[in-house]
Amino acid sequence: MCGIAGLIHRGKSSNVGSELQGMLQALKHRGEDSTGYALYGDTDGKNFIMRFKVGENVGEGSSSIMEDVSVYDERKKIVDQTLAEMGAKVVKEERTLPYSLRYELDYNVKDLLEFSQRIESIPGVEILSMGKSLEVIKDLGNAKMVCDRYSLDKVVGTHAIGHARMATESGVDIKSAHPFWGYPFSDVSVVHNGQLTNYWNNRRVLENKGMRFMSECDSELIAVYIAEKMRDGATLEEGMKASLTGLDGVFTYFVATKDSLGMAKDTMAAKPLVLYESDDLVAMGSEEIAIRSVLPQEIDTYDPFDGEVKVWQI
Amino acid sequence: MANLKTVSKKSKAQSMGMHTEVLTGRTQQKFFNPDEAENFYYFGTYDVDFNKRTELDVKDMTAPEANKEIDNLMSQGYGTIVIKNPQGKHSLGVGILNKLNLIFEGSLGYFGMGSCDGPIVRINGRVGWSCAENLMAGKVVIEKNAGSCFGAAIRGGDLICKGSVGARTGIDMKGGTIIIGGDAGAFTGFMMQRGRIIILGDVGINLGDSMYDGTIFVGGEIGSYGSDAVDAELTKSDQDWLKRKLKVAEIGENFDVSKMKKIVAGKKLWNYDNLEPTEKKGAI
Repeated sequence: MCGIAGLIHRGKSSNVGSELQGMLQALKHRGEDSTGYALYGDTDGKNFIMRFKVGENVGEGSSSIMEDVSVYDERKKIVDQTLAEMGAKVVKEERTLPYSLRYELDYNVKDLLEFSQRIESIPGVEILSMGKSLEVIKDLGNAKMVCDRYSLDKVVGTHAIGHARMATESGVDIKSAHPFWGYPFSDVSVVHNGQLTNYWNNRRVLENKGMRFMSECDSELIAVYIAEKMRDGATLEEGMKASLTGLDGVFTYFVATKDSLGMAKDTMAAKPLVLYESDDLVAMGSEEIAIRSVLPQEIDTYDPFDGEVKVWQI
Repeated sequence: MANLKTVSKKSKAQSMGMHTEVLTGRTQQKFFNPDEAENFYYFGTYDVDFNKRTELDVKDMTAPEANKEIDNLMSQGYGTIVIKNPQGKHSLGVGILNKLNLIFEGSLGYFGMGSCDGPIVRINGRVGWSCAENLMAGKVVIEKNAGSCFGAAIRGGDLICKGSVGARTGIDMKGGTIIIGGDAGAFTGFMMQRGRIIILGDVGINLGDSMYDGTIFVGGEIGSYGSDAVDAELTKSDQDWLKRKLKVAEIGENFDVSKMKKIVAGKKLWNYDNLEPTEKKGAI
């Protein structure tokens, strides 16, 4: 059992970091092994923002191996060197935690796949997100802990999706935490609640087509599956609709892009989702209490039906 | 622990041929002896006055705190309780075994009004998953929409949603009536064993899948039928019953029940003739 939440402001920006924190914290009983945020912030759109990690958080319940901080330093140094070799200029650098970094890059990316492959060829390095608006922040602990750790409550943007995880099918670590970046597409992220039962079959097929998996978490398949559809020319909505039959199992998931937010629910409607929709705001979550954290007044909400796909624009 | 014994003296229910065994255990004697009508109530229930009304703001309460306070108010004789600011909290109003007028001014989360027996409840908002699960008796009315597993395993009473409901409505239901004013999702009536479901709008795929018994009435379109679900003739008595139920439910005024579809189990998968406890009470 995990919890997912998302919201999109239409036609304006808001304090999405704080709002999503409230929504996810309301769902913490659904799992607090890890919590992740995909925030679409207000930026000037000039630079790429790369969130990446050079190690794991080895806290209570973590399944990762403890490493010395000097190892992280060494990996960071190689990342910096690789970026320089590719002609990417680091405009701004933030190292919130020893293993977690945020770079703003002045770089004319010709091929994001090639760029990502080079960075991730460095052992122990994983790009959490890459985009001109998207920032994926995920770590162990509940929503408030992660929000406080990364000072997310002040992030202003248009939309966001997030995930409160109870680890069931893979480890308690950052690499298995949601959201997943829709590698190698700029500004695409995914969160999922459920279980996918044809994960390995699909993974083998997609890997043969050149797609990359970083974890053994079944949810990552959704991001890769949709990314592959989009690579072949499908729209986000078309990719999501294809997933209703292409993915087997039970799922409710959200996908966000730079200017849109979508939801899909499996054909058995086995996983919960409550949705609030108005002209200027769409908010949704595994439980109504998530929506109540941003809309305490009496509102009309509903459960989307089985096999439903919806996409909203900012 | 109740003992099952065959005795020569027959109760009214036995005379009617409804069952042959007599429950002679201590608790059964206490609750089901027809000579002790006053003992038909559960322990922990109260004499309440419906004209005695109060309000309870649960905004800053947890669900257990709110439920305890409802119990406390009933113990003071309040028969009408208005709950303010439920704000989508889970498990509110569960386990009420009393006659009570309960009004929620707002929405409930998961498992609202679960395992109740007797209260008349009006929820002026929506409800999350598994509303009124295991309802034994009483009436629960939801003014807006409801989540999945609406009325799961209910055994009696009327459960009414004026809006639309999610998937698996009436899953495993063993009695009672569920009435939906809007649409219903997939697997409605999944594995239902008894009771009736009325849906005025459309219904999703696999309607009545693996149903053992019971009846489903649908006013709109049906996505698809599940295993064992088949059409049946809508009789005059069905139509009369539907009209009465919809009127009592204050829903579907002027709805043409003659055009509804009636769906029943295509084959009998199991024998569910044993009486449920509530029916035993009724028989006595």
